Amino acid sequence: MSGALASPPAAPPPGDAPSPARRSAADSSASWRLTDRLGLAFAWFLGLLFCAITAAIVIFLALQGIRYLHPDLIWTNPQVGFNQSETGGFLAELIGTALVAGIAIAIAGPVGVGVAVWLSEYARPAGLARVVESSVEMLAGAPSVVLALFGILVFERKALGFLSETNGGVVFGKSFFAAGAMLSLVALPLVVTTVREGLQAIPNHVREASYAVGKTKRATIRRVLLPAARPSVITGHMLGIGHVIGDTAIIVLLLGDTQSLQGVGHIPLLGFLQGTGSTLTSYVFDNAPTGDLNQPNKAYAAAFMLLLLVLALNVMVDIFGRRSKELLWT
Amino acid sequence: MDLRQPPPVRRLDPGATVTPRPARPPAPAADLAAGAGGSAANGSANGHGGASSFVTARRAVRPTVPAIDRMAIEDVSIAYGGKPAVRSVSLPIRQGEVLALIGPSGCGKTTLLRSLNRLTELTRTASLSGRITLDGLDITTLEPTALRRRVTMVFQQPNPFPMSVFDNVAYVLREQAKRRPRRPALRGAVEEALARAGLLDEVADSLDHPALRLSGGQQQRLCIARALAAQPDVLLLDEPCSALDPQSTKVIEDLVVKLREEVAVVIVTHNLQQAHRIADHVAFMYLGELVEYGSAAAVFGRPTQQRTRDYVGGAFG
Repeated sequence: MSGALASPPAAPPPGDAPSPARRSAADSSASWRLTDRLGLAFAWFLGLLFCAITAAIVIFLALQGIRYLHPDLIWTNPQVGFNQSETGGFLAELIGTALVAGIAIAIAGPVGVGVAVWLSEYARPAGLARVVESSVEMLAGAPSVVLALFGILVFERKALGFLSETNGGVVFGKSFFAAGAMLSLVALPLVVTTVREGLQAIPNHVREASYAVGKTKRATIRRVLLPAARPSVITGHMLGIGHVIGDTAIIVLLLGDTQSLQGVGHIPLLGFLQGTGSTLTSYVFDNAPTGDLNQPNKAYAAAFMLLLLVLALNVMVDIFGRRSKELLWT
Repeated sequence: MDLRQPPPVRRLDPGATVTPRPARPPAPAADLAAGAGGSAANGSANGHGGASSFVTARRAVRPTVPAIDRMAIEDVSIAYGGKPAVRSVSLPIRQGEVLALIGPSGCGKTTLLRSLNRLTELTRTASLSGRITLDGLDITTLEPTALRRRVTMVFQQPNPFPMSVFDNVAYVLREQAKRRPRRPALRGAVEEALARAGLLDEVADSLDHPALRLSGGQQQRLCIARALAAQPDVLLLDEPCSALDPQSTKVIEDLVVKLREEVAVVIVTHNLQQAHRIADHVAFMYLGELVEYGSAAAVFGRPTQQRTRDYVGGAFG
């Protein structure tokens, strides 16, 4: 924690005898200059402040959440009612969250791994590689509401009418397909960056060892590099899912934000995916004290649920991240 | 091309069984005797193990088959982006003997080794002139993948693939990225390769364990097993022991000496004692040039070039 700010003292204070205790004296901040000590104190303060803020959020949401999150909220769909005890739960939102995350990662996963492999292993011509690289970075920095706006323009086109509901020749443009496709752009940069880092962490002699027994580049990527980078692939997917389920703007603008799943047509699953719905984030958005529905108890419960999901994903990222460090060549 | 002729010192070789190496200082010789004596005891193919002195110990493991020319390096120069790394080197590579490439860091020995299975081509800036042949065929006329199955390589760092011990070897036996043939069909070939690398006894019960959990020395022998599984004609070793402890080093040296009868072995090493222990012929390179090539006895005992004397003397004198 003190690494960046605390430079070692310029000289040991006079009278500091060179003894076994000298090392600990130099390590202790008591012998530092005042500015260094202030710097260290500031670093400690900031570190603890962030811990406190995080703890406050988690504890606040946990207290509210535990108070309001009843199991039946998870098992029931939203209903029309006059007070908060009559409006049901958020089963549809949980399903919506899962569907959106599934669609987004089903697109962003393979595309992201492919882009990462190309950037790490081929990257020719170099100019194109630079363009791809900065595109990925730009995508990572793009606000999701901008992506959502762009998505509206794209998915209202007649050619893409099959992805949402079409009524009297007018394409609605809002559906799980549309939201999932745009959300995949949110997940993509995370997958690309993580997988690429994983691939680049593999020493070159490992690739050469595969070539040196007569394997092609393709076989090497398929059988050696991607399996070696598997923890990174998994981590990238988890991070991608985490961002997707936390996104609100694209959901509100592209998923229709309907309280229940509104299927289209008669084909069971496809109908749902062409239809509209909402997710936990848009549910919180609508039910927050400042939202249209203003049911704070439901908002707290759903927000806590969302927090639990994201925390679970983070824990999994940690586990796979640690596992990836076990498998290292020198 | 004169290098493809047996050098003059080679004529002495048959009689060398009883001729002590000249001009070897006593202290390192004692070390070598200990190391190579053990080597003979473990590695002897013809039952002359347990010899007492270094020279006879080494001779006890002389190959029983005559050396056959497998590869020839003819006037090869290699440059990286115009900067020469190897300058017109010619060398024969023979089955039945170990050829050691020695020289200080950056002298081009690893580059030369990598050119033998066209791994240098992976470096975009590398350019090669001259000719390298394998059994008389120019290696540039072969598919790189086919060539690299006949001329396999083991690297400085043990680098087993992140899969099981079994799959590390099976990967080489399967065609490119295919999953077939399945395990039972490959079992014999995998075990044979592990046995040739002297690893089978140690891993027989843990074929399914991750290869990266093996010890460093075992990992390196697994890499040798992997390289042998392709049934190569030539085995290239790039400082295979530099990351290993002395015990693992000895095991691998014994193995290399044993393998030379089945494959031509070329080893790059900056460990002169190691070259002395296991090489039959030694090529000393300096600043990209081949300074001296000859039998190990000649290069270490009676070097003809001053630069060789300086380099070898630094290690032994």
